[in-house]
Amino acid sequence: MKSAAFNHILPWLLPLGLLVIWQSLTSAGILAGRILPSPVAVLLAGIRLTETGELPLHLFESFRRASTGLLIGGSLGLFLGLLNGLSRLADRLFDSSVQMVRNIPHLAMIPLVILWFGIGEEAKLFLITIGVFFPIYINTVHGIRSIDFRLIEMGQSYGLGRFRLFWNVVLPGALPSILVGLRYALGIMWLTLIVAETIACDNGIGYMTMNARDFLQTDVVLLGICLYALLGKAADMVTRLLERWLLRWNPVYNT
Amino acid sequence: MPQVIIHQAIQETLRSPLVQVSRVSKQFGSKRVLREIDFEVAEHELVVVVGRSGCGKSTLLRLLAGLESASEGQIFVDGRALKGPNAVARLMFQSSALLPWKTVLGNVALAAPRTREAPAIAMEALRQVGLADRTKDWPSILSGGQQQRVALARALASQAALLLLDEPLGALDALTRLEMQALVEKIWAKRRFSVVLVTHDVEEAVTLADRVLVMKQGEFVYEQQILLARPRARTSGEFVQLKEEILLRVMGS
Repeated sequence: MKSAAFNHILPWLLPLGLLVIWQSLTSAGILAGRILPSPVAVLLAGIRLTETGELPLHLFESFRRASTGLLIGGSLGLFLGLLNGLSRLADRLFDSSVQMVRNIPHLAMIPLVILWFGIGEEAKLFLITIGVFFPIYINTVHGIRSIDFRLIEMGQSYGLGRFRLFWNVVLPGALPSILVGLRYALGIMWLTLIVAETIACDNGIGYMTMNARDFLQTDVVLLGICLYALLGKAADMVTRLLERWLLRWNPVYNT
Repeated sequence: MPQVIIHQAIQETLRSPLVQVSRVSKQFGSKRVLREIDFEVAEHELVVVVGRSGCGKSTLLRLLAGLESASEGQIFVDGRALKGPNAVARLMFQSSALLPWKTVLGNVALAAPRTREAPAIAMEALRQVGLADRTKDWPSILSGGQQQRVALARALASQAALLLLDEPLGALDALTRLEMQALVEKIWAKRRFSVVLVTHDVEEAVTLADRVLVMKQGEFVYEQQILLARPRARTSGEFVQLKEEILLRVMGS
Protein backbone atom coordinates (compact mmCIF):
# COMPACT_ATOMS: atom_id res chain seq x y z
CA MET A 1 0.00 0.00 0.00
CA LYS A 2 1.95 2.93 -1.30
CA SER A 3 -0.45 5.64 -0.12
CA ALA A 4 -0.61 4.22 3.42
CA ALA A 5 3.17 4.25 3.72
CA PHE A 6 3.24 7.76 2.32
CA ASN A 7 0.66 8.84 4.90
CA HIS A 8 2.83 7.48 7.67
CA ILE A 9 5.93 9.28 6.45
CA LEU A 10 4.21 12.60 5.72
CA PRO A 11 4.11 13.99 9.30
CA TRP A 12 7.85 13.32 9.71
CA LEU A 13 8.92 15.10 6.51
CA LEU A 14 8.99 18.56 8.06
CA PRO A 15 11.01 17.70 11.21
CA LEU A 16 13.43 15.62 9.12
CA GLY A 17 13.84 18.44 6.60
CA LEU A 18 14.62 20.89 9.40
CA LEU A 19 17.23 18.49 10.79
CA VAL A 20 18.89 18.23 7.37
CA ILE A 21 18.99 22.03 6.94
CA TRP A 22 20.27 22.47 10.49
CA GLN A 23 23.01 19.87 9.94
CA SER A 24 24.14 21.36 6.63
CA LEU A 25 24.24 24.92 8.04
CA THR A 26 26.46 23.85 10.92
CA SER A 27 28.65 21.59 8.76
CA ALA A 28 29.18 24.45 6.30
CA GLY A 29 30.31 26.61 9.23
CA ILE A 30 27.56 29.20 8.72
CA LEU A 31 26.37 28.64 12.29
CA ALA A 32 28.97 28.54 15.03
CA GLY A 33 29.00 25.31 17.06
CA ARG A 34 28.97 27.35 20.28
CA ILE A 35 25.64 28.98 19.32
CA LEU A 36 23.97 25.99 17.71
CA PRO A 37 25.72 22.62 17.75
CA SER A 38 24.87 20.25 14.91
CA PRO A 39 22.19 17.55 15.32
CA VAL A 40 24.95 14.96 15.25
CA ALA A 41 26.67 16.73 18.17
CA VAL A 42 23.38 16.70 20.11
CA LEU A 43 22.97 13.02 19.37
CA LEU A 44 26.54 12.35 20.51
CA ALA A 45 25.87 14.24 23.73
CA GLY A 46 22.85 12.03 24.24
CA ILE A 47 24.90 8.88 23.73
CA ARG A 48 27.64 10.17 26.03
CA LEU A 49 25.20 10.95 28.83
CA THR A 50 23.45 7.62 28.38
CA GLU A 51 26.78 5.84 28.78
CA THR A 52 27.53 7.68 32.02
CA GLY A 53 24.03 6.77 33.25
CA GLU A 54 23.06 10.44 33.79
CA LEU A 55 20.47 10.68 31.07
CA PRO A 56 18.44 7.57 32.05
CA LEU A 57 18.42 8.78 35.65
CA HIS A 58 17.17 12.26 34.72
CA LEU A 59 14.60 10.83 32.31
CA PHE A 60 13.31 8.46 34.94
CA GLU A 61 13.05 11.20 37.59
CA SER A 62 11.20 13.54 35.23
CA PHE A 63 8.86 10.79 34.16
CA ARG A 64 8.15 9.78 37.75
CA ARG A 65 7.44 13.37 38.73
CA ALA A 66 5.19 14.03 35.75
CA SER A 67 3.18 10.83 36.12
CA THR A 68 2.74 11.19 39.89
CA GLY A 69 1.47 14.75 39.47
CA LEU A 70 -0.81 13.70 36.63
CA LEU A 71 -2.19 10.82 38.64
CA ILE A 72 -2.98 12.94 41.70
CA GLY A 73 -4.26 16.03 39.87
CA GLY A 74 -6.08 13.99 37.24
CA SER A 75 -7.88 11.85 39.82
CA LEU A 76 -8.91 14.91 41.81
CA GLY A 77 -10.13 16.69 38.66
CA LEU A 78 -12.04 13.62 37.52
CA PHE A 79 -13.60 13.11 40.92
CA LEU A 80 -14.73 16.70 41.41
CA GLY A 81 -15.81 16.91 37.77
CA LEU A 82 -18.01 13.83 38.14
CA LEU A 83 -19.39 15.11 41.42
CA ASN A 84 -20.29 18.53 40.03
CA GLY A 85 -21.52 17.09 36.76
CA LEU A 86 -23.90 14.73 38.54
CA SER A 87 -25.06 16.85 41.46
CA ARG A 88 -26.57 20.30 41.05
CA LEU A 89 -25.99 20.91 44.73
CA ALA A 90 -22.27 20.15 44.58
CA ASP A 91 -22.00 22.24 41.43
CA ARG A 92 -23.60 25.26 43.10
CA LEU A 93 -21.32 24.79 46.09
CA PHE A 94 -17.96 24.24 44.38
CA ASP A 95 -17.98 25.41 40.80
CA SER A 96 -17.67 29.17 41.19
CA SER A 97 -14.78 28.75 43.65
CA VAL A 98 -13.03 26.38 41.27
CA GLN A 99 -13.48 28.87 38.43
CA MET A 100 -11.94 31.63 40.56
CA VAL A 101 -8.87 29.60 41.40
CA ARG A 102 -8.61 28.43 37.81
CA ASN A 103 -8.01 31.95 36.61
CA ILE A 104 -4.83 32.27 38.64
CA PRO A 105 -1.93 31.15 36.41
CA HIS A 106 -0.62 28.25 38.45
CA LEU A 107 2.99 29.17 37.77
CA ALA A 108 2.33 32.48 39.51
CA MET A 109 1.98 30.47 42.71
CA ILE A 110 5.64 29.39 42.64
CA PRO A 111 6.81 31.88 45.31
CA LEU A 112 3.98 30.82 47.60
CA VAL A 113 4.56 27.15 46.89
CA ILE A 114 8.23 27.52 47.79
CA LEU A 115 7.28 29.23 51.04
CA TRP A 116 4.87 26.43 51.84
CA PHE A 117 6.74 23.36 50.76
CA GLY A 118 10.32 24.58 50.43
CA ILE A 119 12.17 23.58 47.31
CA GLY A 120 11.65 19.86 47.75
CA GLU A 121 9.73 17.30 45.76
CA GLU A 122 6.35 18.29 47.21
CA ALA A 123 6.47 21.74 45.66
CA LYS A 124 6.97 20.31 42.17
CA LEU A 125 4.25 17.70 42.55
CA PHE A 126 1.91 20.36 43.90
CA LEU A 127 2.45 22.58 40.87
CA ILE A 128 1.88 19.75 38.40
CA THR A 129 -1.17 18.59 40.33
CA ILE A 130 -2.77 22.04 40.16
CA GLY A 131 -1.82 22.40 36.51
CA VAL A 132 -3.48 19.18 35.33
CA PHE A 133 -6.46 19.43 37.68
CA PHE A 134 -8.36 22.15 35.82
CA PRO A 135 -8.45 20.88 32.24
CA ILE A 136 -9.63 17.47 33.42
CA TYR A 137 -12.17 18.98 35.80
CA ILE A 138 -13.67 21.32 33.22
CA ASN A 139 -13.87 18.74 30.47
CA THR A 140 -15.39 16.12 32.77
CA VAL A 141 -18.16 18.50 33.81
CA HIS A 142 -18.70 19.53 30.20
CA GLY A 143 -18.76 15.89 29.08
CA ILE A 144 -21.46 14.98 31.55
CA ARG A 145 -23.53 18.04 30.70
CA SER A 146 -23.44 17.32 26.99
CA ILE A 147 -24.72 13.74 27.18
CA ASP A 148 -27.80 13.26 24.99
CA PHE A 149 -30.69 13.62 27.40
CA ARG A 150 -32.72 11.01 25.55
CA LEU A 151 -30.15 8.36 26.49
CA ILE A 152 -30.51 9.19 30.19
CA GLU A 153 -34.28 9.10 29.81
CA MET A 154 -34.01 5.74 28.04
CA GLY A 155 -31.95 4.42 30.95
CA GLN A 156 -34.52 5.62 33.46
CA SER A 157 -37.36 4.22 31.42
CA TYR A 158 -35.58 0.85 31.41
CA GLY A 159 -35.30 0.95 35.17
CA LEU A 160 -31.51 1.26 35.41
CA GLY A 161 -30.49 2.15 38.95
CA ARG A 162 -28.12 5.02 39.70
CA PHE A 163 -25.01 2.86 39.56
CA ARG A 164 -25.86 1.13 36.29
CA LEU A 165 -26.97 4.41 34.76
CA PHE A 166 -23.61 5.98 35.68
CA TRP A 167 -21.55 3.04 34.50
CA ASN A 168 -23.41 2.35 31.24
CA VAL A 169 -24.62 5.77 30.15
CA VAL A 170 -23.03 8.72 31.95
CA LEU A 171 -19.37 7.72 32.11
CA PRO A 172 -19.04 6.41 28.54
CA GLY A 173 -20.98 9.44 27.33
CA ALA A 174 -18.59 11.83 29.04
CA LEU A 175 -15.47 9.90 28.05
CA PRO A 176 -14.72 11.65 24.72
CA SER A 177 -14.68 14.98 26.54
CA ILE A 178 -12.63 13.61 29.46
CA LEU A 179 -9.99 12.39 27.01
CA VAL A 180 -9.81 15.84 25.42
CA GLY A 181 -9.18 17.14 28.95
CA LEU A 182 -6.42 14.58 29.38
CA ARG A 183 -4.66 15.78 26.25
CA TYR A 184 -4.78 19.37 27.45
CA ALA A 185 -3.58 18.23 30.85
CA LEU A 186 -0.57 16.46 29.32
CA GLY A 187 0.51 19.68 27.61
CA ILE A 188 0.29 21.59 30.87
CA MET A 189 2.04 18.75 32.68
CA TRP A 190 5.21 19.08 30.55
CA LEU A 191 5.15 22.86 30.75
CA THR A 192 4.90 22.79 34.53
CA LEU A 193 7.54 20.10 34.80
CA ILE A 194 10.06 22.17 32.82
CA VAL A 195 9.52 25.22 34.98
CA ALA A 196 9.44 23.27 38.24
CA GLU A 197 12.67 21.45 37.44
CA THR A 198 14.54 24.60 36.63
CA ILE A 199 13.76 26.28 39.96
CA ALA A 200 15.63 24.16 42.41
CA CYS A 201 16.32 20.57 41.69
CA ASP A 202 19.10 18.05 41.53
CA ASN A 203 17.75 15.70 38.92
CA GLY A 204 15.39 15.60 35.97
CA ILE A 205 15.68 16.86 32.40
CA GLY A 206 15.09 20.45 33.54
CA TYR A 207 17.96 20.24 36.01
CA MET A 208 20.20 18.66 33.36
CA THR A 209 19.55 21.56 30.97
CA MET A 210 20.05 24.29 33.57
CA ASN A 211 23.22 22.64 34.77
CA ALA A 212 24.51 22.37 31.21
CA ARG A 213 23.85 26.08 30.72
CA ASP A 214 26.17 26.87 33.63
CA PHE A 215 28.92 24.89 31.93
CA LEU A 216 28.16 26.31 28.48
CA GLN A 217 27.29 22.85 27.13
CA THR A 218 24.97 24.04 24.38
CA ASP A 219 24.67 20.51 22.99
CA VAL A 220 23.21 19.20 26.27
CA VAL A 221 20.81 22.16 26.47
CA LEU A 222 19.56 21.33 22.99
CA LEU A 223 19.36 17.67 23.93
CA GLY A 224 17.06 18.59 26.82
CA ILE A 225 14.84 20.68 24.57
CA CYS A 226 14.61 17.91 21.97
CA LEU A 227 13.77 15.42 24.71
CA TYR A 228 10.86 17.57 25.84
CA ALA A 229 9.55 17.64 22.29
CA LEU A 230 9.84 13.87 21.99
CA LEU A 231 8.30 13.19 25.39
CA GLY A 232 5.40 15.51 24.60
CA LYS A 233 4.87 13.78 21.28
CA ALA A 234 5.03 10.35 22.95
CA ALA A 235 2.45 11.33 25.57
CA ASP A 236 0.18 12.64 22.84
CA MET A 237 0.51 9.42 20.89
CA VAL A 238 -0.38 7.35 23.95
CA THR A 239 -3.54 9.44 24.45
CA ARG A 240 -4.47 9.04 20.81
CA LEU A 241 -4.11 5.28 21.08
CA LEU A 242 -6.20 5.38 24.24
CA GLU A 243 -8.86 7.41 22.40
CA ARG A 244 -8.88 4.98 19.51
CA TRP A 245 -9.39 2.05 21.81
CA LEU A 246 -11.85 3.57 24.28
CA LEU A 247 -13.86 5.38 21.61
CA ARG A 248 -13.69 2.64 18.99
CA TRP A 249 -17.50 2.72 18.84
CA ASN A 250 -17.30 6.22 17.37
CA PRO A 251 -16.91 6.23 13.58
CA VAL A 252 -14.69 9.32 13.89
CA TYR A 253 -11.99 7.30 15.65
CA ASN A 254 -12.60 4.13 13.74
CA THR A 255 -10.59 4.84 10.61
CA MET B 1 -73.87 -11.93 13.37
CA PRO B 2 -74.50 -13.34 16.82
CA GLN B 3 -71.33 -15.43 16.72
CA VAL B 4 -69.19 -12.36 16.34
CA ILE B 5 -70.96 -10.65 19.22
CA ILE B 6 -70.43 -13.63 21.52
CA HIS B 7 -66.79 -13.87 20.48
CA GLN B 8 -66.39 -10.18 21.23
CA ALA B 9 -68.11 -10.53 24.60
CA ILE B 10 -65.75 -13.34 25.61
CA GLN B 11 -62.79 -11.22 24.59
CA GLU B 12 -64.05 -8.28 26.62
CA THR B 13 -64.32 -10.37 29.78
CA LEU B 14 -60.95 -12.03 29.23
CA ARG B 15 -59.23 -8.74 28.84
CA SER B 16 -58.86 -7.13 32.22
CA PRO B 17 -57.46 -3.60 32.01
CA LEU B 18 -53.69 -3.40 32.34
CA VAL B 19 -53.61 0.37 32.43
CA GLN B 20 -56.37 2.68 33.49
CA VAL B 21 -56.15 6.42 32.97
CA SER B 22 -58.67 8.29 35.04
CA ARG B 23 -59.51 11.96 34.40
CA VAL B 24 -55.90 12.87 33.73
CA SER B 25 -54.91 16.41 32.81
CA LYS B 26 -51.44 17.73 32.11
CA GLN B 27 -50.43 21.33 32.15
CA PHE B 28 -47.12 22.90 31.10
CA GLY B 29 -47.15 26.38 32.53
CA SER B 30 -50.42 27.90 31.40
CA LYS B 31 -50.75 25.52 28.47
CA ARG B 32 -53.14 22.63 28.99
CA VAL B 33 -51.85 19.72 26.90
CA LEU B 34 -54.22 17.00 28.11
CA ARG B 35 -57.80 17.58 29.29
CA GLU B 36 -59.41 15.07 31.63
CA ILE B 37 -58.46 12.01 29.65
CA ASP B 38 -60.19 8.70 30.41
CA PHE B 39 -58.59 5.74 28.77
CA GLU B 40 -57.96 2.03 29.26
CA VAL B 41 -55.62 -0.47 27.77
CA ALA B 42 -56.54 -4.13 28.12
CA GLU B 43 -54.04 -6.96 28.33
CA HIS B 44 -52.74 -7.93 24.91
CA GLU B 45 -54.57 -5.05 23.28
CA LEU B 46 -53.02 -2.93 20.54
CA VAL B 47 -54.31 0.61 20.84
CA VAL B 48 -53.35 3.28 18.33
CA VAL B 49 -53.72 6.97 19.12
CA VAL B 50 -53.91 9.12 16.00
CA GLY B 51 -53.60 12.86 15.97
CA ARG B 52 -51.80 15.77 14.36
CA SER B 53 -48.52 16.94 15.82
CA GLY B 54 -48.89 18.90 19.03
CA CYS B 55 -52.23 17.33 19.96
CA GLY B 56 -50.82 15.88 23.19
CA LYS B 57 -50.40 12.26 22.16
CA SER B 58 -46.68 12.11 22.97
CA THR B 59 -47.35 13.65 26.37
CA LEU B 60 -49.88 10.91 27.04
CA LEU B 61 -47.20 8.30 26.34
CA ARG B 62 -44.70 10.02 28.61
CA LEU B 63 -47.31 10.01 31.37
CA LEU B 64 -47.96 6.31 30.79
CA ALA B 65 -44.20 5.65 30.94
CA GLY B 66 -44.03 7.57 34.20
CA LEU B 67 -41.48 10.04 32.82
CA GLU B 68 -43.86 12.88 33.65
CA SER B 69 -46.52 13.05 36.31
CA ALA B 70 -50.10 14.12 35.74
CA SER B 71 -51.23 17.57 36.87
CA GLU B 72 -54.62 16.14 37.77
CA GLY B 73 -56.12 12.66 37.82
CA GLN B 74 -54.42 9.32 38.19
CA ILE B 75 -53.00 6.46 36.21
CA PHE B 76 -53.44 2.91 37.49
CA VAL B 77 -51.20 0.07 36.42
CA ASP B 78 -52.48 -3.37 37.38
CA GLY B 79 -54.80 -1.60 39.80
CA ARG B 80 -52.06 0.37 41.55
CA ALA B 81 -51.57 4.12 41.22
CA LEU B 82 -48.47 4.96 39.17
CA LYS B 83 -45.63 6.84 40.84
CA GLY B 84 -42.29 7.41 39.11
CA PRO B 85 -41.08 5.35 36.12
CA ASN B 86 -43.59 2.71 35.06
CA ALA B 87 -41.83 -0.60 35.68
CA VAL B 88 -43.98 -2.64 33.30
CA ALA B 89 -43.84 -0.15 30.39
CA ARG B 90 -41.13 0.49 27.80
CA LEU B 91 -41.10 3.63 25.69
CA MET B 92 -39.72 3.57 22.14
CA PHE B 93 -38.94 6.92 20.55
CA GLN B 94 -38.66 8.12 16.99
CA SER B 95 -34.91 8.11 17.54
CA SER B 96 -33.71 4.68 18.53
CA ALA B 97 -31.82 6.04 21.61
CA LEU B 98 -29.26 3.23 21.38
CA LEU B 99 -26.08 3.64 23.40
CA PRO B 100 -23.44 4.21 20.71
CA TRP B 101 -20.68 2.79 22.93
CA LYS B 102 -22.37 -0.57 23.34
CA THR B 103 -22.60 -3.26 20.70
CA VAL B 104 -25.97 -4.31 19.37
CA LEU B 105 -26.03 -7.23 21.80
CA GLY B 106 -24.81 -5.04 24.68
CA ASN B 107 -27.63 -2.57 24.09
CA VAL B 108 -30.26 -5.27 24.13
CA ALA B 109 -28.74 -7.18 27.05
CA LEU B 110 -28.77 -4.01 29.17
CA ALA B 111 -32.57 -4.15 29.16
CA ALA B 112 -32.88 -7.88 29.84
CA PRO B 113 -33.68 -8.99 33.40
CA ARG B 114 -30.47 -9.15 35.46
CA THR B 115 -30.00 -12.87 35.53
CA ARG B 116 -27.52 -15.30 34.07
CA GLU B 117 -29.84 -15.76 31.11
CA ALA B 118 -29.65 -12.07 30.08
CA PRO B 119 -27.40 -12.69 27.03
CA ALA B 120 -29.59 -15.57 25.90
CA ILE B 121 -32.73 -13.47 26.25
CA ALA B 122 -31.07 -10.66 24.30
CA MET B 123 -30.00 -13.08 21.57
CA GLU B 124 -33.53 -14.43 21.30
CA ALA B 125 -34.97 -10.91 20.99
CA LEU B 126 -32.45 -10.06 18.26
CA ARG B 127 -33.35 -13.26 16.43
CA GLN B 128 -36.99 -12.22 16.50
CA VAL B 129 -36.26 -8.89 14.84
CA GLY B 130 -33.98 -10.61 12.35
CA LEU B 131 -30.66 -9.15 13.50
CA ALA B 132 -29.03 -12.20 15.06
CA ASP B 133 -26.05 -11.80 12.72
CA ARG B 134 -25.29 -8.19 13.74
CA THR B 135 -24.79 -8.72 17.47
CA LYS B 136 -21.16 -7.54 17.57
CA ASP B 137 -21.66 -4.42 15.44
CA TRP B 138 -21.67 -0.85 16.74
CA PRO B 139 -25.05 0.88 16.33
CA SER B 140 -23.47 3.65 14.25
CA ILE B 141 -22.91 1.36 11.27
CA LEU B 142 -26.52 0.15 11.15
CA SER B 143 -29.20 1.72 8.95
CA GLY B 144 -32.06 3.68 10.53
CA GLY B 145 -34.44 0.76 10.14
CA GLN B 146 -31.97 -1.67 11.68
CA GLN B 147 -31.40 0.69 14.61
CA GLN B 148 -35.14 0.77 15.24
CA ARG B 149 -35.22 -3.01 15.10
CA VAL B 150 -32.49 -3.14 17.75
CA ALA B 151 -34.55 -0.71 19.86
CA LEU B 152 -37.53 -3.00 19.39
CA ALA B 153 -35.44 -6.02 20.41
CA ARG B 154 -34.34 -4.11 23.50
CA ALA B 155 -37.96 -3.45 24.42
CA LEU B 156 -38.74 -7.14 23.88
CA ALA B 157 -35.78 -8.28 25.96
CA SER B 158 -37.00 -6.21 28.88
CA GLN B 159 -40.11 -8.44 28.88
CA ALA B 160 -42.38 -5.51 29.58
CA ALA B 161 -46.14 -5.93 29.67
CA LEU B 162 -46.78 -2.62 27.93
CA LEU B 163 -44.95 -1.27 24.91
CA LEU B 164 -45.32 2.47 24.28
CA LEU B 165 -44.38 3.41 20.74
CA ASP B 166 -43.93 7.12 20.00
CA GLU B 167 -43.95 7.27 16.20
CA PRO B 168 -41.10 4.76 16.16
CA LEU B 169 -41.50 4.32 12.43
CA GLY B 170 -41.76 8.03 11.65
CA ALA B 171 -38.17 8.48 10.53
CA LEU B 172 -38.07 5.39 8.31
CA ASP B 173 -38.49 5.24 4.56
CA ALA B 174 -41.81 3.93 3.24
CA LEU B 175 -40.68 0.38 2.47
CA THR B 176 -38.79 -0.13 5.74
CA ARG B 177 -41.85 1.22 7.47
CA LEU B 178 -44.12 -1.43 5.99
CA GLU B 179 -41.61 -4.10 6.98
CA MET B 180 -41.47 -2.77 10.52
CA GLN B 181 -45.26 -2.66 10.81
CA ALA B 182 -45.45 -6.30 9.81
CA LEU B 183 -42.68 -7.17 12.26
CA VAL B 184 -44.34 -5.35 15.15
CA GLU B 185 -47.63 -7.08 14.37
CA LYS B 186 -46.00 -10.52 14.13
CA ILE B 187 -44.12 -10.19 17.42
CA TRP B 188 -47.10 -8.67 19.18
CA ALA B 189 -49.27 -11.62 18.08
CA LYS B 190 -46.68 -14.07 19.45
CA ARG B 191 -45.93 -12.42 22.78
CA ARG B 192 -48.71 -11.35 25.04
CA PHE B 193 -47.92 -7.71 25.73
CA SER B 194 -50.10 -4.63 25.22
CA VAL B 195 -49.17 -1.82 22.88
CA VAL B 196 -50.03 1.86 22.77
CA LEU B 197 -48.81 3.26 19.47
CA VAL B 198 -48.92 6.96 18.73
CA THR B 199 -48.84 8.05 15.09
CA HIS B 200 -50.14 10.57 12.60
CA ASP B 201 -50.37 7.92 9.90
CA VAL B 202 -53.99 6.76 9.64
CA GLU B 203 -53.15 3.84 7.38
CA GLU B 204 -50.64 2.58 9.93
CA ALA B 205 -53.31 2.88 12.60
CA VAL B 206 -55.90 0.86 10.68
CA THR B 207 -53.27 -1.74 9.75
CA LEU B 208 -52.20 -2.43 13.31
CA ALA B 209 -54.90 -1.40 15.76
CA ASP B 210 -57.47 -3.34 17.75
CA ARG B 211 -58.85 0.07 18.58
CA VAL B 212 -58.12 3.51 17.17
CA LEU B 213 -58.48 6.68 19.22
CA VAL B 214 -58.37 10.10 17.62
CA MET B 215 -56.89 12.85 19.75
CA LYS B 216 -57.42 16.55 19.23
CA GLN B 217 -56.17 19.36 21.42
CA GLY B 218 -55.68 17.10 24.38
CA GLU B 219 -58.96 15.22 24.14
CA PHE B 220 -60.17 12.00 22.56
CA VAL B 221 -62.80 12.93 19.99
CA TYR B 222 -63.41 9.58 18.33
CA GLU B 223 -63.01 5.88 19.04
CA GLN B 224 -63.21 3.00 16.58
CA GLN B 225 -62.81 -0.75 17.06
CA ILE B 226 -61.08 -2.42 14.14
CA LEU B 227 -62.23 -5.99 13.84
CA LEU B 228 -60.69 -6.84 10.46
CA ALA B 229 -58.78 -10.13 10.31
CA ARG B 230 -54.99 -9.93 10.45
CA PRO B 231 -52.81 -9.43 8.53
CA ARG B 232 -54.96 -6.79 6.93
CA ALA B 233 -55.17 -6.10 3.23
CA ARG B 234 -54.84 -2.37 2.70
CA THR B 235 -56.92 -2.42 -0.44
CA SER B 236 -60.07 -4.09 0.93
CA GLY B 237 -63.24 -2.02 0.89
CA GLU B 238 -63.69 -2.14 4.65
CA PHE B 239 -60.10 -1.07 5.25
CA VAL B 240 -60.39 1.92 2.94
CA GLN B 241 -63.73 2.88 4.46
CA LEU B 242 -62.35 2.81 8.01
CA LYS B 243 -59.32 4.76 6.90
CA GLU B 244 -61.43 7.46 5.27
CA GLU B 245 -63.71 7.67 8.29
CA ILE B 246 -60.80 8.12 10.73
CA LEU B 247 -58.97 10.52 8.44
CA LEU B 248 -62.10 12.66 8.32
CA ARG B 249 -62.16 12.80 12.13
CA VAL B 250 -58.47 13.69 12.31
CA MET B 251 -58.75 16.44 9.72
CA GLY B 252 -62.25 17.73 10.47
CA SER B 253 -62.70 20.89 12.46
